[in-house]
Amino acid sequence: MEPLSWFEIITRVLLQFMPVWISLIALFTLSIVYKRRLGLYGKLFDSTIGMIGFALVMFWVFTGIFGALDMIITHDPLSQLSGMKNKLPGTPLPRPDEGQYPYYLFGGDNLARDVFSRMVKGAWIVVQIAPLATLFAFMVGITLGLPAGYYGGRLDTLLSFFANLILAFPVILLFYLLVTPEIVETGIPSYMATVLFVFPLIFVGVLLNSRYKTQPKVRTPLLFAVLGILGWLYLSLISEAGSKVSVLPGFLDLFDIPAGILVVFVSVVFVNSPTVFRIVRGLAMDIKTRDYVAAAQTRGEGPWYIMLWEILPNARGPLIVDFCLRIGYTTILLGTLGFFGLGLSPESPDWGTTINDGRRLLQIYLHPAIVPAVALLSMVLGLNLLADGLREESLRD
Amino acid sequence: MGLFILRRVGVMILTGLCLTFLVFSLTNLYPNLEKLAKTQGNFRMSDAEVTSYLERNGYLQPMIVKYGEWLGVVPSYRHENSDGTIQGRCIQPGQAPEDAPHFCGVLQGYWGFSTVFKDEVGSIIATRLGLTGKLMLWVMLLMVPSALILGVLSGMREGSKMDRTLSTISITTTATPEYVSGVILIAVFASSTVGLKWFKGTATSAMESANFENFFLPVLTISLYGMGYIARMTRASMAEVMTAQYIRTARLKGVSFGNIVVKHALRNALIAPFTVIMLQFPWLLNGVVIVETLFNYKGFGWTLVQAASNNDIELLLGVSVVSVFVVLVTQLISDIGYVYLNPRISVS
Amino acid sequence: MTDSYDGPILEIDQLSISFFTRLREIPAVMDFSVKVMPGEAVGLVGESGCGKSTVALGVMQDLGKNGRIVDGSIKFKGRNLNEMSQEELRQIRGSEIAMIYQEPMASLNPAMKIGKQLMEVPMIHRGSSEKEAYDRALQVVTDVKLPDPKRILDSYPHQLSGGQQQRIVIAMALMAEPSLLILDEPTTALDVTVEAAVVELVKELGKKYGTSMLFISHNLGLVLETCDRICVMYSGEAVERGSIKDVFDEMQHPYTQALFRSIPLPGADKNAAPLRAIPGNFPLPHERPPGCNFGPRCDYFEAGRCDAQDIPMQPVPGNDRHATRCLKFQEIDWNAPLAKSDITEKPEPGRVVLKMDDLKKYYEVAANALFGKRGDTKVVKANETLSFEARESETLAIVGESGCGKSTFAKVLMGLETATEGQILLDNRNIESTAIEDRDTQTVADVQMVFQNPFDTLNPSMTVGRQIIRALEVFGIGNSDGERRKRMLQLLDLVKLPRAFADRMPRQLSGGQKQRVGIARAFAGNARIVVADEPVSALDVSVQAAVTDLLMEIQREQKTTLLFISHDLSIVRYLADRVMVMYLGHVVELGSTDQVFSPPYHPYTEALLSAVPIADTRVKKKHIVLEGDIPSAMNPPSGCPFQTRCRWKSQVPGGLCEKEVPPVRQLGDGHQVKCHLSDAELASMEPVIQIAAE
Ligand SMILES: Nc1ncnc2c1ncn2[C@@H]1O[C@H](COP(=O)(O)OP(=O)(O)O)[C@@H](O)[C@H]1O
Ligand code: SF4
Ligand code: SF4
Ligand SMILES: [Mg+2]
Repeated sequence: MEPLSWFEIITRVLLQFMPVWISLIALFTLSIVYKRRLGLYGKLFDSTIGMIGFALVMFWVFTGIFGALDMIITHDPLSQLSGMKNKLPGTPLPRPDEGQYPYYLFGGDNLARDVFSRMVKGAWIVVQIAPLATLFAFMVGITLGLPAGYYGGRLDTLLSFFANLILAFPVILLFYLLVTPEIVETGIPSYMATVLFVFPLIFVGVLLNSRYKTQPKVRTPLLFAVLGILGWLYLSLISEAGSKVSVLPGFLDLFDIPAGILVVFVSVVFVNSPTVFRIVRGLAMDIKTRDYVAAAQTRGEGPWYIMLWEILPNARGPLIVDFCLRIGYTTILLGTLGFFGLGLSPESPDWGTTINDGRRLLQIYLHPAIVPAVALLSMVLGLNLLADGLREESLRD
Repeated sequence: MGLFILRRVGVMILTGLCLTFLVFSLTNLYPNLEKLAKTQGNFRMSDAEVTSYLERNGYLQPMIVKYGEWLGVVPSYRHENSDGTIQGRCIQPGQAPEDAPHFCGVLQGYWGFSTVFKDEVGSIIATRLGLTGKLMLWVMLLMVPSALILGVLSGMREGSKMDRTLSTISITTTATPEYVSGVILIAVFASSTVGLKWFKGTATSAMESANFENFFLPVLTISLYGMGYIARMTRASMAEVMTAQYIRTARLKGVSFGNIVVKHALRNALIAPFTVIMLQFPWLLNGVVIVETLFNYKGFGWTLVQAASNNDIELLLGVSVVSVFVVLVTQLISDIGYVYLNPRISVS
Repeated sequence: MTDSYDGPILEIDQLSISFFTRLREIPAVMDFSVKVMPGEAVGLVGESGCGKSTVALGVMQDLGKNGRIVDGSIKFKGRNLNEMSQEELRQIRGSEIAMIYQEPMASLNPAMKIGKQLMEVPMIHRGSSEKEAYDRALQVVTDVKLPDPKRILDSYPHQLSGGQQQRIVIAMALMAEPSLLILDEPTTALDVTVEAAVVELVKELGKKYGTSMLFISHNLGLVLETCDRICVMYSGEAVERGSIKDVFDEMQHPYTQALFRSIPLPGADKNAAPLRAIPGNFPLPHERPPGCNFGPRCDYFEAGRCDAQDIPMQPVPGNDRHATRCLKFQEIDWNAPLAKSDITEKPEPGRVVLKMDDLKKYYEVAANALFGKRGDTKVVKANETLSFEARESETLAIVGESGCGKSTFAKVLMGLETATEGQILLDNRNIESTAIEDRDTQTVADVQMVFQNPFDTLNPSMTVGRQIIRALEVFGIGNSDGERRKRMLQLLDLVKLPRAFADRMPRQLSGGQKQRVGIARAFAGNARIVVADEPVSALDVSVQAAVTDLLMEIQREQKTTLLFISHDLSIVRYLADRVMVMYLGHVVELGSTDQVFSPPYHPYTEALLSAVPIADTRVKKKHIVLEGDIPSAMNPPSGCPFQTRCRWKSQVPGGLCEKEVPPVRQLGDGHQVKCHLSDAELASMEPVIQIAAE
């Protein structure tokens, strides 16, 4: 068979992405129709920049999800087909099996794997980890930043000192120190996970308790139920048979996170939290001078109610914007880790690792590195544009 | 002012101590030491042999004592071997134990010995730092002015076409981490198959003699990411200043637009980006490490990777101390500079 | 060419200005005309959002990206500003027309020395040399009566006080001796006594330089004091225009009349002659009614006529350039007495519920936040020996300017801070050192607060109903959500808000409505003592009356003790039973309203009374201008706190005022002052405000 021309490659790639296009069109149509009822999210559709950003982000989100369902990919991202090593985009398979896709659309890498399918699978890794890690970083940052900003004084000095300590630490060094097999062996990441992942629990617990404190009849069962479920999830998350932290017996352990992923996750959360802390602290210091906070104080509300129900909701604008930016930053960090071969397994299809694989032969074969590089670029760009659009819209009227 | 600096320096030293202790503990964890013993001895050492090796070299003391020794505030460990010879951290091979100093740590100028490069850590770091310094100098010269110009130009008329264009450029560059922009730049400008072949894809030769051809791509790669970021900050700050009342006052005084930007807006608008530039250092190091790896430029970042991936404990420690130090000093400069730039703080 | 010109300095003709937003066009100013003759000062009054600032910026041709002049002309000395090029405008701005606006601090470049900012003006417009410019700056700074002009020229804006900054802004405007000065609420951010001095200065300099002025204000009294002519605006239109005398005494528009009836002039009384609030709300620019904009709120509205056509401005026959935008102005009987609505009985004050005894609150602050050593602290005496009693159903007004310790006092009472010394007795229980978290629910519910800033008083991300319900929950009222919801709706009724507001977000409410919600929230736990911290000062006059009346009404019903904090003596006179005047943490005078408002006064009260502008042409005021600014509480003067600005100081022998803090003197009937003046001197004081016989 003849190799595909560039035009054919593009057409075929667009066709492969059909489920993504359909979902995107559906999402945008619905959102634009109902945009006046959707608050800030709806306003996003008034800003061209914001819409472009959102489209890019959702493109990769859908790609990740459908990819995880094995829908878009043309080949197994790990299988190596002989004769396809470093082949250019559009190269046909030498001996396609029955029902096998007859081309490597974006060529083959140095291990003769399909670059296209690896890119699609890589999206899933980013889409899974980056938002979740950012969310955790926000939980940590918020839970510590609110009291630091609200109380000020010694607590603030102490917490800020620790935050600055981590911030003064070159990220890459931290990764090299934390994400090595030796460190994993000592269990430090697991302990850190134990500490970091408890914050969402504290956060939700305090949130509900402060809200329903005046109604013990509602509060107690609610807290039991919610914290019970979250606690179980938490224990399942941190405990892993055979590792240093195994508190749950196996049959209760809902899921296990591979140690490599866990350590990557922990370090990314760890690196992001201090910045979130600083932002939240600054916002809290600003908002606590408002009269409605004074009003809450004069009616005897507890400090946590004030922090979580009076201050936090009014800080949401800047926080949402930062959340988007931070997912982008986390994506970049994940790529960095992959690029240095830290944490994730060497054959993982995530973009950082793939770029690292591809760069060795970059002078001769471009496509194995360029494809994931462009993918990562467009995803982060989308997040940045989205954040920009949100910021602009939230500032308006 | 003096007092202020003094206090900041105090906090800085405390931060430095905390961070180096942290690094020290992480690099001196048992699995690391075990690996060290095996690379220094042989890979089939038994557990007992490992222990005895570590014992002999003082690695089994409490962490804080080892840290003190490394720092040079605790007399260093000496071990009497079964054959009666005395070995210790401060005793050079062939030196009589009596002649050796009791303290030999960072404070005494002794940084340890690199197992990978087989050389004094101090001298390795000095050379490598020099190479990276050269790189950073050019990065700064390229990045800071272009970022500020970009930011001021787009911030002075918010929402204009020029703003939209320049903002899109700076957003795109901030969305492009070094390992992506490096790959793309190499592909476009240096690839031997399809590229323009304007520049070289490696910078190894730039260590000796840097020229435009072999040095521009690494410098550009580091600059791009930071440039967008600083430009965004400058733009935001500039745009905010341009809506301030006192700019309106100036306009209604009859000051021309050019003078408004230069005389009234600029100083106020640069306060925020200045801090940002200075606080960018921890992260610039990231860029340095990536770019030096990507372009095979054997500077400080490259050394860091070598030290970390080869478990070269003393070298890694040295590298960490230097980078933490650089970061803290820039933070100090940023604080002091902020006070100087912002008259509202310097008095009262 | 300009020098020989003798027509109007500024002539605005049928000006319309719109802002274009994404959703719609917002017509901010419509069919607006005004003329300013040489040397004349024209006042522009109206509620916030009626388009005053837009007119001013229209004149400056500085409407921003989305604002545009859609119709009409603005002629400056006969030349149409609308048709000028940017370069021509630039030459006029600053040299021929200068503008001063509200926030002095924000109007000065924080990173540029004052001198440089001033010198810029002649250097741009006259090509002066640096030396000439400096001399001119020095002269103008002397003209605006700033002490030590050389030092001031060499300082940064943040090193000056608010009053000094505003003087610098004025100096900057006068640098090039402009023919027209536009002042947009120039004193709103200043304290009353400082305001009085600045207004005095503006008047004087206007005369000296022969400058015409367009003076924008929401304060009728201030316009009366400064201007020759006035233009009243309502919802983007001029509704009445004329000389001060004509408009104040023979108003010809229902809105002007309603405005005057809603402000507390001397003679108003909360029981015998209550204020009349203007019903309804100010229409949003894009929701104006057909026909007369004021129609829905007008007492004389006639369906089919007032709402059938656009109303033109019509001249009032017989008066000098007096015009009104009302169809029926000739039919309305302008002198008809106000229907004496609901006269209420003055409630008798009940037993003492709150007693303060020698309350002191000192703060320790770092002397120098950034460079100071630790432990290098200073004591700020925010409240110094406060003693008073407050009874059931009584309104005690606490009067004073910024930094006098009003808010600190409120904080200590609420339990947000604990007292340094002395006691607070609530129903004979000591609460001065019980912080709010240690108070029992009943105590907390008993003492509540209404805040100043309506835009800040409600949590922007919670519905109105939810916020009231939360207060009910905290105070333990109601056993179920249903009960609390019912009670919440009743509270909305109490503050006269529609029940539908329960599900609205605060941003959908106007300032006055938010303030009502704040009041409802304060009364959720049947508060017995309510501290109202300037509850109406951020509201427009027409809304102020309604909110004040609401407070009074609830107080009558619930026998609440109201502690009304304010700097506005007019409103205090209207509603307070007793008044406490504070200065720099000290209570300088305390007595019944009549005692405080008539001689003998404390010298500070006297000055304060003279400083408050009163919008009544009959009132003759004694002119007392205080020198300088209020000292900082960090650095109080020795002896009497008021001695730096007191005009009576020389009457006290032996420099006692600078040495000793004066004792509290009882003048009988519970009237007390803190002053060294002898009884004879006190007795010789004359009333500050006199109403000329009609
Ligand atoms: N830049 C703007 N964009 C949109 N609407 C504006 C803008 N500036 C003012 N407005 C609207 O124009 C009207 C008049 O405002 P303004 O002139 O500031 O009133 P005032 O000075 O009397 O308080 C208001 O309704 C205001 O919301
Ligand atoms: S025109 Fe009619 S509605 Fe308008 S002010 Fe006159 S009487 Fe009132
Ligand atoms: S004590 Fe002296 S300075 Fe103070 S108010 Fe009385 S007369 Fe004035
Ligand atoms: Mg205004």
